[in-house]
Amino acid sequence: METNFTHHQSAHCENGVASNLLKHNGLNISEPMVFGIGSGLFFVYLPFLKVNYAPAISYRPMPGQIFNKLAKRLGLKIKRQKFSSEANAIKALDENLKNNIPSGLQVGVYNLTYFPDEYRFHFNAHNLVVYGKTETDYLISDPVMENVTTLTHEELNKVRFAKGAFAPRGQMYYPIQVPLNVDLKGAIIKGIKNTCRDMLAPMPIIGVRGIRLVAKLIKKWPVKEGTKKANHYLAQIVRMQEEIGTGGGGFRFIYAAFLQEAAVVLQNDELQNLSLEMTAIGDLWRDFAVEASRVYKNRSTKVDVYNLLSDELLAIADKEEEFFKKLKKAIS
Amino acid sequence: MKKDEVPQDKGNLSKTNMKELVYATDENGNYTTALSSGWEPKSIALSNSIEEISERIAIAEAQVANNEVSPICYYMELCRMDIGVLSSYVGMWQWRVKRHFKPKVFAGLSDKILKKYSDAFNITVEELKNFKAN
Repeated sequence: METNFTHHQSAHCENGVASNLLKHNGLNISEPMVFGIGSGLFFVYLPFLKVNYAPAISYRPMPGQIFNKLAKRLGLKIKRQKFSSEANAIKALDENLKNNIPSGLQVGVYNLTYFPDEYRFHFNAHNLVVYGKTETDYLISDPVMENVTTLTHEELNKVRFAKGAFAPRGQMYYPIQVPLNVDLKGAIIKGIKNTCRDMLAPMPIIGVRGIRLVAKLIKKWPVKEGTKKANHYLAQIVRMQEEIGTGGGGFRFIYAAFLQEAAVVLQNDELQNLSLEMTAIGDLWRDFAVEASRVYKNRSTKVDVYNLLSDELLAIADKEEEFFKKLKKAIS
Repeated sequence: MKKDEVPQDKGNLSKTNMKELVYATDENGNYTTALSSGWEPKSIALSNSIEEISERIAIAEAQVANNEVSPICYYMELCRMDIGVLSSYVGMWQWRVKRHFKPKVFAGLSDKILKKYSDAFNITVEELKNFKAN
């Protein structure tokens, strides 16, 4: 069984799956558009949730949120199913493939055999599309891969029923209704408003204030936790920031690309200017990653590196606060 | 990021010839996509995490050799799990998993319980039982 699915590589898995599935269903929507309308840009610091023995920082909303918000704002219908039994999960997927419906899956990364070993952690919010099945394999379109790939029946089963935080429980999703005409303008404005609200939220762990909180903690880490742990935490920030196209710099560039597209749709020149500004902020995130990686590689020659990093991140927070205030104004 | 600044460092990806898609601006400032073979700061962060894990594996192995912890602890580290992840794989409370770290308790575990662990670690019960640390 094989559906006539076209694979497009993307920078981020959830955007990519959404964009690819919608393109397959006749709605030509780019990855940045998915990201912007689905309000994918986010920041949250979760000290009580430990990932790989370090406090979790997420640069994205909860898995599934981007596609759900996008669907709501464009008036699409998506069917989502979770399964308690593996047999039912397999049956439902096979049924879909038989009916020529490529299906999105939420999976765990640890058993994705086509990933380089260094990328295989217990992270359960990865997304991919299954578009066909052979005697031994499932045909996989993983949006972060350049080309399509495969997993054996057993391997796919394992990743669908990975355990731990955000356990996917065989989760499968696919659009069941895609209107011919969508209100792109309205959706874009809703998406932008949502992102501004998130990033400027009056909560200490979310958005700009979350970034500020982490910046302040960086100063304290070496004293409170010792250099070794502080370095590990720092590495974790960068890993979450830069791994597989997610996070700090990468997300800012996708968002800037979205604003550029939105400027044309809304005929709003201010968004074009803001796109440039967001690109500059993305570059600052990258500078931060470069500086941080030097610290835990012990190659930084600057004294007081932790304070310096902290200040750098505080400056980013200030820039972003200013940016999202301007963005909010630009669409109101 | 400008398109000609897209990093092409030799990273963890280049071994497998995998390339990542990134968004970058062209000479007119318009967004386009480009492929990146890897970025050094990222590779460093990743190897830092891997080193951290290797260290923990080595410590666990030594502890098994000294009869301080059971092989469950070693395999947990080897599979890059923590107690939270392991406990959800085997479907037992964390305190129970922690208890099974004790060599004495481990020695008395039934094959049925051991099977849950060996399945989670993708090994056989025999391998788990007969693990000898060097």
